[in-house]
Amino acid sequence: MGKQAIERIVEKYGSDHADVLEMLIDIQEKEHYLSRETLQYLSERLAVPLTRLYHMATFYEALSLKRRGRHQIHVCMGTACHVRGAARILEQLERCLSIKSGEVTPDLQFGLATVNCVGTCALGPVVSVDGEYHGHMSASKVERMLKRYSETEANGVAVCQK
Amino acid sequence: MVHLVIDGKGFQAEEGQNVLEVALENGIEIPHLCYHEQLSPYGGCRLCLVEITRGARTFLSTSCTYPCLEGLVVRTDTPDVLRARRLVLELLMPLAPEAPRLQALARQMGVTETRFASDEEVDDCIRCGLCIRACAELVGAEAITFSGRGERRKVEPPFGEEALNCIGCGACVFLCPTGCLHMEDQDGVRTLDKWKRTLSLKACASCGRRYLPFAQIEFARQKGEDPPAEGWFEFCPDCR
Repeated sequence: MGKQAIERIVEKYGSDHADVLEMLIDIQEKEHYLSRETLQYLSERLAVPLTRLYHMATFYEALSLKRRGRHQIHVCMGTACHVRGAARILEQLERCLSIKSGEVTPDLQFGLATVNCVGTCALGPVVSVDGEYHGHMSASKVERMLKRYSETEANGVAVCQK
Repeated sequence: MVHLVIDGKGFQAEEGQNVLEVALENGIEIPHLCYHEQLSPYGGCRLCLVEITRGARTFLSTSCTYPCLEGLVVRTDTPDVLRARRLVLELLMPLAPEAPRLQALARQMGVTETRFASDEEVDDCIRCGLCIRACAELVGAEAITFSGRGERRKVEPPFGEEALNCIGCGACVFLCPTGCLHMEDQDGVRTLDKWKRTLSLKACASCGRRYLPFAQIEFARQKGEDPPAEGWFEFCPDCR
């Protein structure tokens, strides 16, 4: 992320170091990760020790030092979803995207991760994409769901052919 | 001033002082590993648990993070407290099985074995955060921090690489309750292995011993609030 883009976010919060977590979340949303350069720049700009930013970036699930996908997929592995076949859905997603949980597709379009409960057990098994919940998921619905999020038709076809 | 009772004896304390501080000042021993009087209390090691009665409610709390309040009744040796502390120690022991201070506490508290298994790799760190607080509050270098959360939590420099802010003062090594940090001076170079830091040492003008990291001298100069006398760093403590 360029310095100007970071600067816009910093100024949105009045350059107040108390709002640094909000800034990190905004940057994460735009960039899908927090680069080392970003943290170093913020640290100098706001006079917040780099240790503290690193602490936050590794503590909060919403923040990531590793690149995530433009569409971040979370498969709920909670008890209710688990007994209804969350493992099979995860497997199908891994197969379709040719990545393992915790990884990102080479084109950075999709990132895959598991969560332990999203709190909507009645809808289980649940998969959330970009914070949007897909309830009553099944392995056979995975492909259609991915297509909906694919940015271009070409990508949409590419998905699930591997 | 507030009044509180610890183990049946009445004490006076400043408001805002923590219970552990008052107990220790008055010779009441409460085991603790992550507390230091010069640093902000953190409640990380959980060993200083005491039973607190406030009004009609009685509960266990870490004494280092509990503020003295008017009419507080504290007990440091009830069966509940001792049992809770023994469990805490059992939980700490797998993290640092060899640490002498933990072993001494275990003997003192009658813990002979722990029910919990060690991880395959033991780094002897109990995640008490004393080193981090010393580095940030006492020294002001902010070289290290906690990273991660839950079982992945550990102490490390940013990005797990060389701690570029570390001045090699050794405060963290000195304070670590388990001795999991190491500092070594050899051939004019100081090494802090866990922070991946190596620092060049300045030689004493009299005896020639290389005794102090240049980074520490530079840090003391820049800090400025309590500047050292001119030439103070020329000689080592033995030759001054």
